[in-house]
Amino acid sequence: MKDKLNIIKNGIIKENPIFIMLLGLCSALAISTSLTNAVGMGMAVTFVLIMSNVIISTIRHLIPDEIRIPVFIVIIATAVKCVQFLMNAYTPALYTSLGVFIPLIVVNCIILGRAESFASKNSVIDSLCDAIGMGLGYTLALLIISAIRELIGTGGLSFVNPFNATQTIFRFSFFKSCAISLLTQPSGAFITLGCILAYLQHRRLKKVIEIQKGERK
Amino acid sequence: MKLFELFISLAFVNNVVLSKFYAICPLMGVSKKPKNALNMGLAVIFVIVIASIVTWLLYYYVLVPLDIIYMDLITFILVIASLVQFLEMLLKKTSPEVYKAMGVYLPLITTNCAVLGVALDNITAGYNLIEAIVAGFAVSFGFLAVIYIFALIRERLDYSDVPEAFRGAPIALISAGIMACAICGLAGLI
Repeated sequence: MKDKLNIIKNGIIKENPIFIMLLGLCSALAISTSLTNAVGMGMAVTFVLIMSNVIISTIRHLIPDEIRIPVFIVIIATAVKCVQFLMNAYTPALYTSLGVFIPLIVVNCIILGRAESFASKNSVIDSLCDAIGMGLGYTLALLIISAIRELIGTGGLSFVNPFNATQTIFRFSFFKSCAISLLTQPSGAFITLGCILAYLQHRRLKKVIEIQKGERK
Repeated sequence: MKLFELFISLAFVNNVVLSKFYAICPLMGVSKKPKNALNMGLAVIFVIVIASIVTWLLYYYVLVPLDIIYMDLITFILVIASLVQFLEMLLKKTSPEVYKAMGVYLPLITTNCAVLGVALDNITAGYNLIEAIVAGFAVSFGFLAVIYIFALIRERLDYSDVPEAFRGAPIALISAGIMACAICGLAGLI
């Protein structure tokens, strides 16, 4: 049980797909303009990851090694198409606001990367845990980026029920008059993620220096 | 004239990388040496232009008549994957040096969002075949321009004194952000 939890935790923190491995940045940067989008995209990617990881690890002994990548891609594309139909039916507002980035989950490096490096080598349960961990890690990263962008870019935070676009769950407005709208622009996405990565690097460097100091003593 | 407008708008004003966020992964991965970036950009032009022709023909002459539009994603990604495989074999035979220099990034063109993104955009925008080809060329040309300029910037960054915490990916992302700001200045052009 403990090692399953470790696999999940590994995906969320130690190997966070966006902040640590820098995978799947395209969709993460493009849709992180509001919390609602972040949650929707996170759900979609998590669902696709779970489906593809489980299917691939179930049939991993049947796939010939030479053509494994095309097989993976077809499985992933099928899963994405399912998600696309489901979102079109149950979350139409989210479906239009995420637009082309839902079908583009097919070419999201996280999913193919996990299929290649984890699901094709591990058991079904482990792959399921890995998919949940990676999906949650991706969602968490999206939430952090979009919270920063929405807060500074529009001066408030809001969250709309993904299944019913007319129902607003919360809406705060803090400093609407001095919002920096650059952060809602494409360039704001790059700068926000750059600053977050710099902060994480700073923390890592500090840890290394502390360890070196400890060794000297 | 309309085609020229389409070209300018897709290549510069709505640049794929900096305003639509397609293809960030190769931007961060390949663009360390200008020469590799140039090769990558040319390979992407080849793949995107051919992919946009083939996917357009397949969509309107196979998927629509057979009423299986829901198969579009799977068809498109298979077309792209086989095109990349073809390019790999072609380069291996004709110019082994380029093939070696591209290394692992060549198969990664398959997972370049720009290729699938353009194929899907061509369909949703309702372009005809000529427009689809121009759009494919414009998008990939925009990609080539950005990845090459970005590689030159990163080369300069290697020699400059960047704060320790910002070294590597963070400063690269922030430079991309500044480039995106510059592209915003073209917004009123068309």
